[in-house]
Amino acid sequence: MSTIKELVKNHTEEKILFQRRLWVAASVIGLLILVLIARLIFLQIMEHKRYTTLSNQNQFTLLPIAPPRGLIYDRHGVLLAANNPVFNLTLTPNKVKNISATIVDLQTVLTITNDDLAYFYKQLKQNGRFNPIILKAKLSADDMARFYVNQYRFAGVHVDAELVRYYPQGDSFVSALGYVGRINADELKKVDSQNYLGTNYIGKLGIEKFYENELHGTVGYQQVETDANGQIVRVLQRKPPIPGHDLHLALDSTLQLAAANALDGERGAVVAIEPKTGRILALVSAPGYDPNPFVFGISSSDYTQLRDSPDHPLYNRSIRGQYPFASTIKPFSATAALYYNAVTPDWTIFDNGFYTLPNGSHTYRCWAWKKHGHGRVYMSRAITVSCDTYFYQVANILGITRLGNVLKMFGYGAKTGIDVDEELPGLVPTPEWKLKTKGQPWYLGDTIVAGIGQGYLLTTPLQMAHAVAGIATRGQPYRPSIVDYQILPNGEKIVMPSVASPPIQLSADNWNLIVTAMQNVVASGEGTAHVSFGVPAYTVAAKTGTGQVFSTFGKDIDNKGKPKNLQDNSSFIAFAPVDNPKIALAVVIENGVHAAPAIARQILDAFFNEAENAIPPPTTP
Amino acid sequence: MQYRHPPLPNVTSSTARPQDLLFRWHLDSNLLQALFFLIGFGLVILYSAGNENVHTVEGQCVRLAFAALVLAAVAQIPPYRLRMLAPWTFFVGLFFLIAVMAMGDVGKGARRWLDFGIIRFQPSEIMKLAIPMYLASILHEKILPPRFTTLLLCLFIILVPVGLTALQPDLGTALMLLLTGFCVIFLAGLPYRYLILVVLLAAAAVPVLWHSMHDYQRQRVLTFLNPETDPLGHGYHIIQSKIAIGSGGVFGKGWLMGTQSHLNFLPEHATDFIFAVAGEELGLFGALILLLAYAWVIGRGFVIAYTAQDTFSRLLAGSLAIAFFFNVFVNIGMVCGLLPVVGIPLPLVSYGGTSMVTLMAAFGVLMSIQTHRRLWST
Repeated sequence: MSTIKELVKNHTEEKILFQRRLWVAASVIGLLILVLIARLIFLQIMEHKRYTTLSNQNQFTLLPIAPPRGLIYDRHGVLLAANNPVFNLTLTPNKVKNISATIVDLQTVLTITNDDLAYFYKQLKQNGRFNPIILKAKLSADDMARFYVNQYRFAGVHVDAELVRYYPQGDSFVSALGYVGRINADELKKVDSQNYLGTNYIGKLGIEKFYENELHGTVGYQQVETDANGQIVRVLQRKPPIPGHDLHLALDSTLQLAAANALDGERGAVVAIEPKTGRILALVSAPGYDPNPFVFGISSSDYTQLRDSPDHPLYNRSIRGQYPFASTIKPFSATAALYYNAVTPDWTIFDNGFYTLPNGSHTYRCWAWKKHGHGRVYMSRAITVSCDTYFYQVANILGITRLGNVLKMFGYGAKTGIDVDEELPGLVPTPEWKLKTKGQPWYLGDTIVAGIGQGYLLTTPLQMAHAVAGIATRGQPYRPSIVDYQILPNGEKIVMPSVASPPIQLSADNWNLIVTAMQNVVASGEGTAHVSFGVPAYTVAAKTGTGQVFSTFGKDIDNKGKPKNLQDNSSFIAFAPVDNPKIALAVVIENGVHAAPAIARQILDAFFNEAENAIPPPTTP
Repeated sequence: MQYRHPPLPNVTSSTARPQDLLFRWHLDSNLLQALFFLIGFGLVILYSAGNENVHTVEGQCVRLAFAALVLAAVAQIPPYRLRMLAPWTFFVGLFFLIAVMAMGDVGKGARRWLDFGIIRFQPSEIMKLAIPMYLASILHEKILPPRFTTLLLCLFIILVPVGLTALQPDLGTALMLLLTGFCVIFLAGLPYRYLILVVLLAAAAVPVLWHSMHDYQRQRVLTFLNPETDPLGHGYHIIQSKIAIGSGGVFGKGWLMGTQSHLNFLPEHATDFIFAVAGEELGLFGALILLLAYAWVIGRGFVIAYTAQDTFSRLLAGSLAIAFFFNVFVNIGMVCGLLPVVGIPLPLVSYGGTSMVTLMAAFGVLMSIQTHRRLWST
């Protein structure tokens, strides 16, 4: 039985109880602090000599060993990115008494340029005094010999070897591969700094950047005994680094080089895709540039020259160039019309060269207006002869939303998700988009010109190739991917999956109608590419496009009188063979007028020649 | 002890003395001074430990500034309201702990993080505050010393979050939570016979615990018992940090001159092992100053607990001060080779800071308790 006293809180008593407990806790804490102080006295006074000795001569340094970066091959095993050994002269500041005097002295032995010195002093500020800093990169055998003879005079100066990325194919592959460069402070923050202790390079662009984690590998360590100068006396224990994964690309270097050759002298891009997998066969932006100088740090004058070149070689047109669709949109406009049953395939119009809006407010011209139009036009003929008047009306019936929906199903207007980061999304406009960015409502005229790929619509060459691959497979697009498989250091093979996008539902008859019409673009006498593409040994379905760079409203539509940089862009999409497509291709030539079909022909010929000349199956080195 | 409002000099309120102004904002000037001293000293050490990288110090300052805002905000909440909030805080924390088990981010092999897009946080951090708050609010209603049934309830409240945290697995934080909860019960007057029983039970539980530990946790204990067996692997941390501290001597090698940390012998020298950098560069002298700074903070916490006016405030303030001490003790003990390596940072000095916000929030609670007292003498 509880007494009243036990049931009622006695505040004074509880306070005294608490304060007594607090004193106990304080005593325990005091005792534990004394234990810590005793421990510190033991370590820092009684054992001080022992630990000083250990700290001074121990110098069992734990050195990181950078893992060799994974190599990159094309689909036939051709090496695209290699690691070459390079020797650098380094200086460790805390081991050198007078840095400037040492450098003056070194200059009697080696030539050290002002650029080298500027880089050195910049690094000196960032690095602190305990890490070796590169004084002169890429020593020649001569330089090394001269330095080694004099090395006894330079304590704290060493020759360090490292593996450096090298791109044997030079400028033809940079749009896909990208390049590595010296790692900077911002990049170091984003990665596991422990794993990058010995690493000087990181992927900056392209495949090299996207697959940085896979390519890098895992750092290793070696415990070494060093002398007072920091020279390694012997290696005691070693945990080898784990190399990065080797990447095998779907890229076909023969085709890539053929495309680069075909584009020689032009500004433009070529993208080729294997329709049934989405694998990228070629990805070229012209003109290209040599990535190798970027690895070590390109000189500012060279960089300025590249940056300010009127041809803009640093601009990766294949995935970042956003061009008007022009007439390459027409097969997709037709697909959209069939998808929504907006018009039937045999719906026929009479084209006299012009289309006037039903309310008569505005008249749009067909490109063939001088010849008084195309006459009677139904869907398949409209694609083959690229009749503007027909597609103005299709767009008018469809409306921009339904047209946009189908374009988006083919991957237009959004990033395709290719395994390279820098891709741009292009643009499939909506009325909301126009109101938001331009502050204007959507006009019927915007819809009409969208029907022939003009107006606000923008696409990248990658999107064009991806979309035409969607027609080639009769409605089954795959996400584009460059890497085919990875080889792990233990030999295990990881095949990158082919990711299928949602299929586009259309009857087989309708697909055949679109494909046949596209086949007639080349095969039929009145096809727009019949002359420029010629007669190939394989079946091909295609569509041409001519994008105005310079508005010609009210003037003669003719390129002859215009300066080159105002001439029309030429584009071309194609896939071949028609029944069992092996390749889907997009070619865009800036200011190329009608150059794209002939260039596409060269590339497709190269592809099928190569296929005939039976290449040996890819071997893994 | 009683609080006497400082006599206001014959000046207008706009020129009031700074501590009066601070008091009005519910900030305790003494504790604030102690924290400033500790944090300032910590930043000096961090500059060296972070390889003289200004960005590291900048990043730390940003985090500290955010944590200081949290401190100031918490200090505005009067203790009775904290008592009302206690169960909510606890159950929300518990919910997050369960959520992290279900869908948390895996970092370094353990599920500890919840990702909310903008912020990632460790729910176990909430528990560092929520457990003592909830326990103190329960004991506040009871007659002290607590009865056996009350003790059982408290034990249950402690063990559920501790168990969840241990499963993540985050043994270090789980142990800290257990200690914090235990502090509350101890301060509330846990009979000493139970205390002895707990110690005996703990001793008996060691084999069971050993059996249920992860390999890396066992390895840490083994290495602690004899670091020289594995000088390159698990013993490396302890050996190198002992060399760093020992070679520092009485006055140290000089600020920025520590070879152990700057030549990368000492791993994690900006985070968990930062005390070794202080010991190496500033010697016994610097280490004692650091300990003094901690003692000042903890001592002020004790004064606040001692003079607090109700059971809830007393228990909460006392347990938070003791928990802060244990954070310091476990870290320094580990770096000196007295305790096994558990991943607990040195409070307010180590780089990085999930725990920093919790710590500062706890100081906010202390300041709230100190500055919301009613002016009567007891």
